[in-house]
Amino acid sequence: MAAPLLEARGINKAFPGVLALRGVDFVLQRGEVVALIGENGAGKSTLMKVLAGVHTPDAGELRLDGVALRLSGPAEALRLGIALIHQELSLCDNLTVAGALFLGAELRRGPFLREAAMAAAATAVLHRLGLEVSPQTLVGALSPGQKQLLEIARALRAEARVLIMDEPTSSLTQVEAERLFAVVHELKARGVGIVYITHRLGEVARVADRVVGLRDGRNSGELRRDDIDHARMVSLMVGRELSLQRRTPHPPGEVVLRVVGLRTAAFAAHAVDLELRAGEVVGIAGLLGAGRSELLRALFGADRAVAGSIEVAGQRLVDHDPRAAATAGLVLLPEDRKSQGLILPMSVRENLSLPTLRRRGRWLDRRYERELGARSWRELDLHGGNDQVGAGALSGGNQQKIVLGKWLAASPKVLLLDEPTRGVDVGARAEIYARLHALAGSGLAILFVSSELEEVLALADRVLVLHQGRLAGSLRRDEADEQRIMMLATAAESA
Amino acid sequence: MKKLLGITVLLVVIAAFATWQSYDPGRGVYVFLSPDNLQNLLQRLGLYGVLSLGAAFVIVTGGIDLSIGAVVCVAGCCLPWLIRDCGWPPWLALPAVLAVTAGIGLWHGLLIVGLRLQPFVVTLCGLLLYRGLMRRFTDDQTMGLGSSAGGLRELATGRVPLGPGFGLPVPLLVLAGIALLTWVVWTRTVWGRHLFALGSNEEAARFAGVRTGRLTVTAYLVSSLLAGLGGVLFVLDVNSAQASSFGNFYELYAIAGAVLGGVALRGGEGVVLGVVLGAALMQVLPNTVNLVFGSNQLEFAVVGGVILIGAAGDEVVRRWVRRRGKPGRCGPPA
Repeated sequence: MAAPLLEARGINKAFPGVLALRGVDFVLQRGEVVALIGENGAGKSTLMKVLAGVHTPDAGELRLDGVALRLSGPAEALRLGIALIHQELSLCDNLTVAGALFLGAELRRGPFLREAAMAAAATAVLHRLGLEVSPQTLVGALSPGQKQLLEIARALRAEARVLIMDEPTSSLTQVEAERLFAVVHELKARGVGIVYITHRLGEVARVADRVVGLRDGRNSGELRRDDIDHARMVSLMVGRELSLQRRTPHPPGEVVLRVVGLRTAAFAAHAVDLELRAGEVVGIAGLLGAGRSELLRALFGADRAVAGSIEVAGQRLVDHDPRAAATAGLVLLPEDRKSQGLILPMSVRENLSLPTLRRRGRWLDRRYERELGARSWRELDLHGGNDQVGAGALSGGNQQKIVLGKWLAASPKVLLLDEPTRGVDVGARAEIYARLHALAGSGLAILFVSSELEEVLALADRVLVLHQGRLAGSLRRDEADEQRIMMLATAAESA
Repeated sequence: MKKLLGITVLLVVIAAFATWQSYDPGRGVYVFLSPDNLQNLLQRLGLYGVLSLGAAFVIVTGGIDLSIGAVVCVAGCCLPWLIRDCGWPPWLALPAVLAVTAGIGLWHGLLIVGLRLQPFVVTLCGLLLYRGLMRRFTDDQTMGLGSSAGGLRELATGRVPLGPGFGLPVPLLVLAGIALLTWVVWTRTVWGRHLFALGSNEEAARFAGVRTGRLTVTAYLVSSLLAGLGGVLFVLDVNSAQASSFGNFYELYAIAGAVLGGVALRGGEGVVLGVVLGAALMQVLPNTVNLVFGSNQLEFAVVGGVILIGAAGDEVVRRWVRRRGKPGRCGPPA
């Protein structure tokens, strides 16, 4: 049997503080579609970037047609016929379709562009993909699906033999996705090898000849065509022991947050209802793009909701903004600490007092600021200087504690947290968990979003699972496990 | 603080240079330090300083106001019109003009916040629009106050005598009052803290419950109001205004003064004293050129050149300090 098209053996790759890949093997045959699955952070992106020459592996070898490779970068990979199609499309909106297709490899005669030749070649490639647009169209005028096809056209134009697609359908409509599947089939028939990365397990069953699972940077197994089913894929992705302590739940108090018929702008088709009781900790799980952050932002009033009512401790918030939400006792620790949670050039003290200053009158209450700064520094156990250094100088964990501290000063009733431990190291993470436990114990209701199932299972009394903006299910803590959550998140069980 | 030191040193060096160069051996005096020249300088500092403080309010929020000169023109043409042509008493005409200019600022703010237009676009169009309307409105005639303003002119031309042949110009006192007020707002009120928070990171400020939209509107309102006050003072000073030229380019003097004084164009940074010193530099430089060369032909060239050298020097020194401060470190700090 001939050597496989692309082969990776024993790939290791470490980043500062993280071992992203540990001895990963990966094989791709000609005309084969291999789906690469795994949880967020399992190493899918890293492996894909190693294959496409973006990262150089620390150990292991790559072979193309049985010949050992050392890729110096993505340009060389592309020259050898390995094309990576990014999740975030990287096309210039103000170029024409033909211009984008030949960007960096323009046909020319001396200093002059051979526009006509490029247009003709572009038309041929586009036709093969069923993308019937004029080569003169501006890229900006294309739909996301057409842009995705254009990216593929670019790979075809470069005569790619290995195509790596990262979440290719994440921005596509159903029709566009069907079109893409047809193209995948056609490419396969012509001997192109395709690596298909997706969170949508339903798609995998449709397009893949083989499934390769990754978990914590290692191979977690393979499924042949006939063995591909939802449950097996989920167990490839999860199925590891929990390392975090589960907490003892508190007896919940009265309802402090009642949401009825909330429709976010991003997922206006689905109304969300939920109730949260004092002392309760509820986790929201779901895949990337399931509408988790959008839900929190709409609750906090950072984005306008399309419809619905939100009541905090019996008080209804209509058309509210973050200020009204905070006044009512509903606060958010946002997803992006650095751009939404903190004002980095301002001091820790000024950040801590920002939401509550105005409650103390029109004049700056410096004594209040000083006392709050000193008290928070002590109680939150902050490290890295004092409360007068710029917030930007502190580590991620300490920054998150400042965001928490500034809202605790506002004596909230409901705490919304979006990825509370993203970019936070293990030690600070444990501190944040302990603090959240204590806060719930003192009667605060907590609603948090996390992409880490372990975190959701360890913290939550109840787990809500979102799937494409819809509340796909609600699991009590004794029912919740990684399998069930994944099933709901990938919509295998339609409730 | 470091920026304050820099601008102070620059100001002192240029003043010393001007003093040295302006020695008149015939009369045995340093012309730069003569009471006439100093009074003149301080008066102009008062007039232009008010505009710079207004510009600083907007720049601190991360915006820009290019309409300042045109608003000066509106105030300068409307005041004589109300007093002389309509026969309004000065005590009524003055607040009316200020209300109109504040209204212009409110309108800018609402366009920027409500329609999410770029501040640059809104205020650039304002610059063209108001001056154009004023030229039509006045039919390019000079709007003179004659003697109708009466005692009101003291606001711009009056002097508080300090010694023989020297008095403090009243506009400087007006500037001092407004600077003090601005300082109080910026450093002692929640409004000020929120303005700086908005300029540093608008989204985080909004997420902390700051009403960023309303706050932005107030900044443009203050800027236009102070431009209106400046316009009133300018017209009271020269007693007449011509719509096609009155206040031309004043927005650039105002912005340059604020930026020289350490107000960062990206927003969130600025000290009141710095703005005043920056505005002073913008007066001392042309004055020096006049005294040294005996003509103002090189005025713009010298102002531009000195600011450029100052900015470049600032950057070079900062890099040098950073390199010395953190040996063995490369790339931008995390």
